[in-house]
Amino acid sequence: MSVLVDDDTRVVVQGITGGEGKFHAEQMMEYGTNVVAGAVPGKGGQEAVGVPVYDTVHEAVEEENADTSVVFVPPAFAGDAIFEALDADLDLAVAITEGIPTQDMAKVNKRLSETDTRLVGPNCPGLITPGEAKLGILPGNIFAEGNVGLVSRSGTLTYQVVDNLTARGIGQTTAIGIGGDPIIGTSFIDALELFENDPDTEAIVMCGEIGGEDEEQAAAFIDEHVDTPVAGFIAGRTAPPGKRMGHAGAIVSGSGTGTAESKISALNDAGVPVGDTPEEVADHIAEFL
Amino acid sequence: MGMRLHEYQAKGVFADAGIPTPASQLASDVDGVVSAADEIGYPVAVKAQVHVGGRGKAGGIELVADADEAREAADSILGMDLKGYHVEQVLVEEAVDFTNELYVGITMDRSEGKPVAMVSTKGGVDIEGVAEEDPDAIAREHVDPSFGMHPYQARKAVYDAGVDESVARDVSSILKTLYDLWESRDGSDVEINPLMVTEDDEVVAADAVMNVDEDALFRQPELAEMEDEAAGGDELEQKADEYDFDYVRLSGNVGIIGNGAGLVMTTLDLVDHYGGEPANFLDVGGGAKAQRIANALDMVFSDDNVDSVVFNIFGGITRGDEVARGINEALEQFDEIPKPVVVRLAGTNWEEGMEILNEDLVTVEQTLEDAVQRSVEYADEVNEQ
Repeated sequence: MSVLVDDDTRVVVQGITGGEGKFHAEQMMEYGTNVVAGAVPGKGGQEAVGVPVYDTVHEAVEEENADTSVVFVPPAFAGDAIFEALDADLDLAVAITEGIPTQDMAKVNKRLSETDTRLVGPNCPGLITPGEAKLGILPGNIFAEGNVGLVSRSGTLTYQVVDNLTARGIGQTTAIGIGGDPIIGTSFIDALELFENDPDTEAIVMCGEIGGEDEEQAAAFIDEHVDTPVAGFIAGRTAPPGKRMGHAGAIVSGSGTGTAESKISALNDAGVPVGDTPEEVADHIAEFL
Repeated sequence: MGMRLHEYQAKGVFADAGIPTPASQLASDVDGVVSAADEIGYPVAVKAQVHVGGRGKAGGIELVADADEAREAADSILGMDLKGYHVEQVLVEEAVDFTNELYVGITMDRSEGKPVAMVSTKGGVDIEGVAEEDPDAIAREHVDPSFGMHPYQARKAVYDAGVDESVARDVSSILKTLYDLWESRDGSDVEINPLMVTEDDEVVAADAVMNVDEDALFRQPELAEMEDEAAGGDELEQKADEYDFDYVRLSGNVGIIGNGAGLVMTTLDLVDHYGGEPANFLDVGGGAKAQRIANALDMVFSDDNVDSVVFNIFGGITRGDEVARGINEALEQFDEIPKPVVVRLAGTNWEEGMEILNEDLVTVEQTLEDAVQRSVEYADEVNEQ
């Protein structure tokens, strides 16, 4: 079992003829993902990495029964591409693109509330069900099949924690990178709920970072609704207030909200141990299993 | 956050949109300040144009009554160091007599995923304090970004805040204009604090904040041009701008380079955890090529405080072979490596990277924890010498 993505997922890659889109479509297929089409305006009728390219996502849905999109469209056009995915009535859209204007995402966010499509991202590495399929740019070789669900705001930090898990023989059901932007589709809470309802997920890793209140809200949700044991990690303990650490979202504001301390204590209060190092997170998970 | 305009730039944008602002002129030398003040008529405020909060408290704003005082104020403010920022320009501005100070602002409420308009009758220097201690004193109105702000919402926020009837109409109109600017100019935060109310019930924007979404600058060419004028800060942070790195200088001595904000922050935290002090945050971003990697090393070597460097790359979109080439390139130009470099490569193409990497020039560690500990040891050794 797994969440959101498996062997049966039928993927259309938006932006499949671009450098990144092409490279990662190939990587996804190599991993076993069922990529069935590409969608690139003006490139309909061509072929890319062995699959047909359509001008619109709607055509890819009609012709190839695509049910999931992975978006590799440049930031200026990515908001539009996500709208297209939502309007094509897919089950899932995964937006890898980094640097989408926030106001574009606010409009996307509004539309999300009106559709049944789930969005993961943007500015995220995607998600993977080890041994079955991956959607996005995660390096498949570091993952292993197993019983731990992982949700993270940061891409490379996800890899680090997975590496610590896999190194000691702990595999994953599904790993979801939800993205570091201020406005994202799937939240920690959404992902926790999916894992809680997945019978094969026996423990959950949640990797957060400074900025915003998502981790605090997730902690409250865990306290109320999650029986599966959760271990946490929070990046940015040493970040000074007022300095933006890369992500638009990763900032401790002047008034002290969004600090690592506040997130760690909220998680601890919900019974979630938080590791000082990624290795300690793996220690906690090993104890749970 | 985003790109922050100077006060005079933001006021220009606001005034062009029809928001009343005091008469003002920009000046960059003492004579310019005096002639601007003469022209505007005393009293005037002389205001440092730097990206620092609390300018007034730090001595960056002075109210002057005549030409002598204007000269004195210009002399002390121009060229002063204001919390690390060199003051090169001042805004000379008509001093407004006010009876009341309001606050109006638009920002993105990330937990709701939609913009929010805010109005308060408790404007002035300490609006953050008001937000914390008396949050109900700030009226909030969320806006559906697909429709924009309806005029009634501007009125509602203003009435909810308890703004006096005599100016409510003007303040609503300013709030609506502010939202339209926020939307059309890709603002992240725009605010007027204080929005002054005069004895004659005129409403005037005495200060102006406009932060623009950096990711949207491609479609805001006029504002993008202002970015260069607005540049400032630490020399190394300016260099990072040139190289286009996400870089923050800190006070320690262990230089840190990595890919991805979360992992770089984690590396900082681990340096601290193992008893060291991080010198910086440097994120090379995704998919960095060899040249960019070499630039990153150059960046960190330029910081005199740095005694050792930890290079932690977990490749997804970034490839280990490119990283290794960049490290070799940067280090092979030295007869002697200036500071010890510890490298940890994992993820995409790490085996290829390890084959390419010249291990005579660096120390290689297999895990993040080991790499960080080693770099902290090196920094300690340098300090003991």
